[in-house]
Amino acid sequence: MADLQPSRSSEKRWSLPFHITLEPWLAEPPRWYPMFTSFMAVVIALILGGVVIALAGGNPFASYAHIARASLGSVGVFSDTLVKATPLILVSLAASVAFRMRLWNIGAEGQFFLGAFGASAVVLIPLLPETASRWLFIPFCMAAGIVMGALWGFIPGFLKAKYNVNEIISTLMMNYIAVQWNNYFIFAIWTEGGFQMSKMFTTNAWLPRLTDFAASIPWLRGLTVHLGFILAIIAAVLVWYILYRSRWGYEIRLIGDNPQAARYAGINITRNTILVMMLSGGLAGLAGMSEITGVVHRLQGAISPGFGFTGIIIAWLSKLNPLAVIPVSILFGALSW
Amino acid sequence: MDVLIILQAGVATGTILFFATIGEILAERSGILNLGVEGMMLIGAMSAFSVAVATGNPWLGLLAAMIAGGLLSQVHAFITIKLQADQVVSGLALTFLGTGIALVLGEGLSKAGTISMLPDFDIPILSKIPILGPVFFTSHSILVYIGYLLIPLVWFYINRTRPGMHLRAVGEYPAAADALGINVYRLRYFYVFVGGMLAGLAGATISLAVAPGWFSEMTTAGQGWIAVGLVIFAQWDPIRAAVGSYTFGALRRLVLDIQGPTMILGIANPFYYNPYWGFFLQMLPYAFTIIVLVIGSREAVRKRIGAPAALGLPYIRGERGL
Repeated sequence: MADLQPSRSSEKRWSLPFHITLEPWLAEPPRWYPMFTSFMAVVIALILGGVVIALAGGNPFASYAHIARASLGSVGVFSDTLVKATPLILVSLAASVAFRMRLWNIGAEGQFFLGAFGASAVVLIPLLPETASRWLFIPFCMAAGIVMGALWGFIPGFLKAKYNVNEIISTLMMNYIAVQWNNYFIFAIWTEGGFQMSKMFTTNAWLPRLTDFAASIPWLRGLTVHLGFILAIIAAVLVWYILYRSRWGYEIRLIGDNPQAARYAGINITRNTILVMMLSGGLAGLAGMSEITGVVHRLQGAISPGFGFTGIIIAWLSKLNPLAVIPVSILFGALSW
Repeated sequence: MDVLIILQAGVATGTILFFATIGEILAERSGILNLGVEGMMLIGAMSAFSVAVATGNPWLGLLAAMIAGGLLSQVHAFITIKLQADQVVSGLALTFLGTGIALVLGEGLSKAGTISMLPDFDIPILSKIPILGPVFFTSHSILVYIGYLLIPLVWFYINRTRPGMHLRAVGEYPAAADALGINVYRLRYFYVFVGGMLAGLAGATISLAVAPGWFSEMTTAGQGWIAVGLVIFAQWDPIRAAVGSYTFGALRRLVLDIQGPTMILGIANPFYYNPYWGFFLQMLPYAFTIIVLVIGSREAVRKRIGAPAALGLPYIRGERGL
């Protein structure tokens, strides 16, 4: 890089009025380095966790062996692990795509709740008759979940783009509002017999699970993996394609790396801020839809043990790489109970 | 419904926000954005309550809260000042870390029993002033009065003293401060520590005075994040921070109390007869935070005032730029 500086040796009349310094290329870290740091982060965290377990009087090796057996030991428990990984993949994608643009959307939790609300609205209002086909319910619930999540992302995105409102705080505040929004419907509108939950969805609205096909293929009995997992994998590939193979993704990455350069290149930062927040919110909304129609099958208060926040951690461990999100989410699914 | 009683309780609630906000203002004035306020508050609330239960002395609890908050903040300080990592990411992680530690160590603490509270008292003479007296100077915890003292003290410290000038220099133009012989790194560590202590104090204010007890992560219920928002509204000024904090405190109390009475001002109270409206009431503090941010951000643009110029940027000695 050429560096222009006024000369400091002004008494030497024959010298140029500036001098040029050539700086050496900084050595770039090798390609395996990001993966290595993430791997070491997980290892160190496991060791620290082991120390805590040991201090609490447990045997860390036995505990980890138990966790491994209980989440990876057989086809049945591995299927349960994939069920837990499904919402994690989707919310981590939501975080990754926003963070890639250095938009700090930490509202995936709220967008997840609104996605669950949207999918529930299709079944409970009801927007579709109870007897409607499963293949009608799935796209309608997906659309409603994505739209509600995207709407919940649009609000902070718009405020950021138009009024420069700090999106960290606004997305976090939207989380609390989302919880109360759902609570209102659980307690007041869709309550079943005064309990804090809606009635069970009609089975047509459930995402198909492997165990549903046990009649024809017996060994699938008891496997709870549902269509949401496939949707999550497709979403991961799509997000990877958008980020690394499309013009839009190039714009997102350029804004994230150097907003000044992006502005001079004529990239519309205002529009991208809103669009990326909507994409991020839509992915988190899809996570909520997948969880509510694939696992819970009713709208209730406790539908997320902090998925939105775990998603942020997974996104960082995956270095915001949409494909790396899948194995890391499965690891987290295995670690959570 | 007695308005004065609600406002009095609002001031006590606002003191929580005030301590956290003023601590974050000091850290941000030195150039370090610490988003871990929520985590530090939870650690503070948990340490204060558990130490107060174990020793029977709430003052020791207070001390423990401030030490715990300060120590946790140094994790963030080390990562952002020494390792020069992204302050947003590190701050978020600090909230996760603080929340996680507080929940693990605080397990079972909600049934730990009662504590002896910090003393409540009236301020003589001042409590006799109509309206202001009953709201600001009657039967408050000593922490509330400490909060009042901090407002002018911190303002004077930042704007009128030499160490305060150093603090502002480090946040606005660290290279110039460095050239003048001010130790940028040491000052930043110090103010992040002070911010952590005040966030711990804010947590202790909850668990020892305003809402005694431990209710896991609902103890703070996002107040640390509201404080981070209030810093922007306050434009890094302690006096505006106080106004914002007490207003917010009053709003939070109002949301809780408005559902109680059957009649308000002679008309039937709709919130009493429609209890489910309470869910919308509980959205208000959070929605209001967003509105306040919009107002604060617009005003900052119009008046051309803004964050400390070096906020969020690591200082690397000898590099060009800020």
